[in-house]
Amino acid sequence: MTSSPTRLVLMVATRKGAWLLHGDPRREAWEVDGPHFLGHNISHLRLDPRDGRTLLAAAKTGHLGPTVFRSIDLGQTWIEARQPPAFAPPTNGLPARTVDHTFWLTPGHASERDTWYAGTSPQGLFRSEDGGASWVPLPAVNDNAQLREWMGTVQDGTPDGPKLHSIVVDPRDPAHLLIGMSGGGVHESRDAGRSWTTLVEGMQVVEGFDASTLTYHDPHCVRICPSRPDRLYQQNHCGIYRLDRPGHTWQRIGRHMPAEVGDIGFPMVVHPHDADTAWVFPMDGTDVWPRTSPGGRPAAYGTRDGGLSWQRLDQGLPQQQAWWTVKRQAMTVDALASPALYLGTTSGELWIGHDGGARWAPIARHLPEIQAVEVAAVV
Amino acid sequence: MNVLVPSALRSYTCASQVQADGGTLHALFTDLDRRYPGLRFRVVDEQQQLRPNMRVFVNGRGVRDLGHALAPDDFVAIVLALSGG
Repeated sequence: MTSSPTRLVLMVATRKGAWLLHGDPRREAWEVDGPHFLGHNISHLRLDPRDGRTLLAAAKTGHLGPTVFRSIDLGQTWIEARQPPAFAPPTNGLPARTVDHTFWLTPGHASERDTWYAGTSPQGLFRSEDGGASWVPLPAVNDNAQLREWMGTVQDGTPDGPKLHSIVVDPRDPAHLLIGMSGGGVHESRDAGRSWTTLVEGMQVVEGFDASTLTYHDPHCVRICPSRPDRLYQQNHCGIYRLDRPGHTWQRIGRHMPAEVGDIGFPMVVHPHDADTAWVFPMDGTDVWPRTSPGGRPAAYGTRDGGLSWQRLDQGLPQQQAWWTVKRQAMTVDALASPALYLGTTSGELWIGHDGGARWAPIARHLPEIQAVEVAAVV
Repeated sequence: MNVLVPSALRSYTCASQVQADGGTLHALFTDLDRRYPGLRFRVVDEQQQLRPNMRVFVNGRGVRDLGHALAPDDFVAIVLALSGG
């Protein structure tokens, strides 16, 4: 992305379709384009930063099987993937699996044009080398007996299915990949996905469970800092963490959050230019896990010192009786000189947080439940 | 043979009833996918099973075995269970 784009585009994936919102560089006026795929459950919609016009959408439609749609003209026309993500026939005596839905899309490295990665529910990792037209499973994850044991069963997963998410490509090295699995932990590959090592040291699990059993690890969202790729941030089922490589022990920086808010949530957002700055959006993770804004008072929290301290960012957001929250893919940041945050709520509202979340304003209301929000600058 | 297509699949066929061939339901879905690329995977998963909540009726009789033999004048209806929110 550039510091002076012609315009911004927001990509909003919802439970009932997808929307594109085209904004001016001042981020004040937004032109709504949609719905696309009305009635389809869209988990993720992403722009290819390498060409600035190819979009991929992960879709599931009622009882129909999952698929991926592709546009090469910024959403004017769509074509379906010739070979959507699908598991291989069973091997190693492992049970056969079927993809319920593609959950996460990540463009490949800048040097690998047309390469994409996809994470699915149940947990699977797939790669496309033709811009999303066809996808192949990565057996080192999908058919690895140890990883499969850690993935658990569908009954062990999150309410709408266990997921492979947070596919991170190191901007310095296309072979260096990270993935998160809910459940199943964080894993790292240095050889483009042919082999994997675990990266969970320091991460906590629910009280009473054994942290050495990766099944119990539930990273909600893992991000790499583009300005300092040795730094990772993570929002986990059990707190907010930071890891500075070559270290290998996650530090629970969420302990510095206000006790009455806690450090449970789903999204994790990192600043495009400053690795000490990051944001989360806490939710109520007490007793039965209401998964609402704590106290009905939604707020982002930001840190400017790598998690040593956190500031509440709620100016413009509802001050009471607002019980929505934000899913793990539904909060993001643009890459302008003074970045703005964007978030989509479970109640279908789209918000912009100017000046790094200091001033919130609504962009759209009355959309379906928002599952993912991405932003990009386009020319 | 005639195949009744549910509304959710008409973005592929552009018609509620289409013609396709096959000696079994497996072969029929292969032929449907040749004529309407992408349709088969939305109905039959990668382990060659009819997806949950999908129903196939042959001459009015419910069938789940995709090896079920078909005759050229059979009438096949693909139906989605209506559920969800």
